[in-house]
Amino acid sequence: MAKILMYGNAAIGEAAIRAGCQCYFGYPITPQNELTEYMATNLSRRKGCSFVQAESEVSAINMVYGASLAGVRAMTSSSSPGISLKQEGISYLAACELPAVIVNISRGGPGLGSISAAQSDYFQSTRGGGHGDYRTIVLAPSSVQELADLTHRAFDLADKYRIPVIILGDGMLGQMMEPVEFKYDAPSELPVRSDALRGAKGRPSRIVKTFTSKPTDLEELNWSLFRRYRLIEKEETTYEIYMVEDAELVVVAFGVAARIAKGAIRNARANGLKVGMFRPITLWPFPYEKVSELTQMTKHFLVFEMNMGQMIEDVKLAVEGKREISFYGRPGGVIPTPSEILRVITRLYYQKGLKIEK
Amino acid sequence: MKKVYRRPKSLKRAAFHYCPGCGHSIVHRLLTEVFDEMNIQDKVIGIPPPGCSVFAYHYLDVDMAESAHGRGAAVATGLKRAYPDALVFTYQGDGDLAAIGTAETIHAANRGECITSIFINNAVYGMTGGQMAPTTLSNMKTTTTPYGRDTRLEGYPVRMSEMVALVKGAAYIERTAVNSPANIKRTKKAIRKAFQTQIDDLGYSMVEILSPCPTNWKMSPLESWQWVENEMTKEFPLGLIKDTTRTKDITGKRDAD
Repeated sequence: MAKILMYGNAAIGEAAIRAGCQCYFGYPITPQNELTEYMATNLSRRKGCSFVQAESEVSAINMVYGASLAGVRAMTSSSSPGISLKQEGISYLAACELPAVIVNISRGGPGLGSISAAQSDYFQSTRGGGHGDYRTIVLAPSSVQELADLTHRAFDLADKYRIPVIILGDGMLGQMMEPVEFKYDAPSELPVRSDALRGAKGRPSRIVKTFTSKPTDLEELNWSLFRRYRLIEKEETTYEIYMVEDAELVVVAFGVAARIAKGAIRNARANGLKVGMFRPITLWPFPYEKVSELTQMTKHFLVFEMNMGQMIEDVKLAVEGKREISFYGRPGGVIPTPSEILRVITRLYYQKGLKIEK
Repeated sequence: MKKVYRRPKSLKRAAFHYCPGCGHSIVHRLLTEVFDEMNIQDKVIGIPPPGCSVFAYHYLDVDMAESAHGRGAAVATGLKRAYPDALVFTYQGDGDLAAIGTAETIHAANRGECITSIFINNAVYGMTGGQMAPTTLSNMKTTTTPYGRDTRLEGYPVRMSEMVALVKGAAYIERTAVNSPANIKRTKKAIRKAFQTQIDDLGYSMVEILSPCPTNWKMSPLESWQWVENEMTKEFPLGLIKDTTRTKDITGKRDAD
């Protein structure tokens, strides 16, 4: 299929439809409205599909829970304050081992914050987010093409591991236009999970529940969740590395921050600075092993985030004190420029006395 | 000899955990009788809430899935939208449906979701130990209104059925009680009608059932039956509240109200 020019938010919608998403439930919030509108236009009248503009984010995620019970691929999207409201439902989805895709086209916070791009929802996304001891898979795209690709992957992962999957984008990704190629056609038949709750015809009735009066039952549920999480950590961790082979300094960044960093790194290389980049694509599971490996190859890490330092905690866990780590962050939705990051890289490079290519 | 009374097929062989005199067991029994009589056991999916009736899935032999507190109508919406052949009902208490789940309930009704809500009104939060509910009567003592519900401070009992009846998507709303054989019979008829409304795809249906809670009311079962009759029905009059099912074409086409 040829490439077409599309908004990030619309590309998510199109990719979801092509992944066999049958139900979308949303609630308006900037900067993700184009996705809700795309689904209203393109999914709501599709055969067998359903679109509801819910009365709240809380209702929307609970509709996703209902649709997931019925065994279909279901999705909701929102932006940071709305994602906070969805945490109740995400916790229930995780507990009941139900697949779902939740898109967070995040904005600056806390509170109502601002609608411009920020990465301040890293903790909320990667640490469960709601009550209880659980995780969600978190995918962090950095281009419109990747928004489309990871949306498709999100549905597959959700079904494979019966887990809610979060796509953590931001206002910049959602609102920008880029060429995108869709690698899948919509399935001719919408997928239905075999364990769907569809009435006890020809089989004993089923119960989907988490509440138990037996503490040992709860413990077993949590053990089973964590056995699966271990498997996901082993199998599904993904990342991008860029010019790290000979790098004295490795910049660690995710999402759009990684894109900004890449521009800066190209210019630093032109100036003879041996700089590379590491970009986690799965924020949970975080690629600890690969970062740990990089400590053998590089002298210094610079973590760059559009927040005041959240992913840096995972980088520190991976580096285990073997290398020094610096941090540069911009909080509050102000988008840093590549030349700004180049200045940070250059200053740090000389301060630390790293080797310059002659 | 003719058998006149038997355990409904849709009722599991399990002993109820409910307190003596509690209305839940009666309503469970009625629900399962209706499932059997309408032959819908294998189409029904129930959404029980947190509360005493969270364990309804131990008794009702149909597919069931727990919802978060108050979110029954939203979960039911998602389920029904994803699989319209199912007959979806929520089983909710007064705190669940009329406090935390007010928005979900009103909007599901307004969209005319073809789901059924069985709304148990016992004027208190049961499982948490008898706190004030939105439906607690004026001057009624509960653990959080120890001096009696003062309407100037704690507001008035919420008449949820009347509120829901105002939205156009609500097709059938009736308030009944399970405090006498006659009322129990009427309740069963109402439950049956509610499911028929859903089968006929006519919109949202709800049966509000005034149900005794002797434990939290600190009454004997008999006293609690009398209290439903003498006190609760004054605030929550029994009877049909809304029925537009006859003005709508049975094929699903809706006339203007």
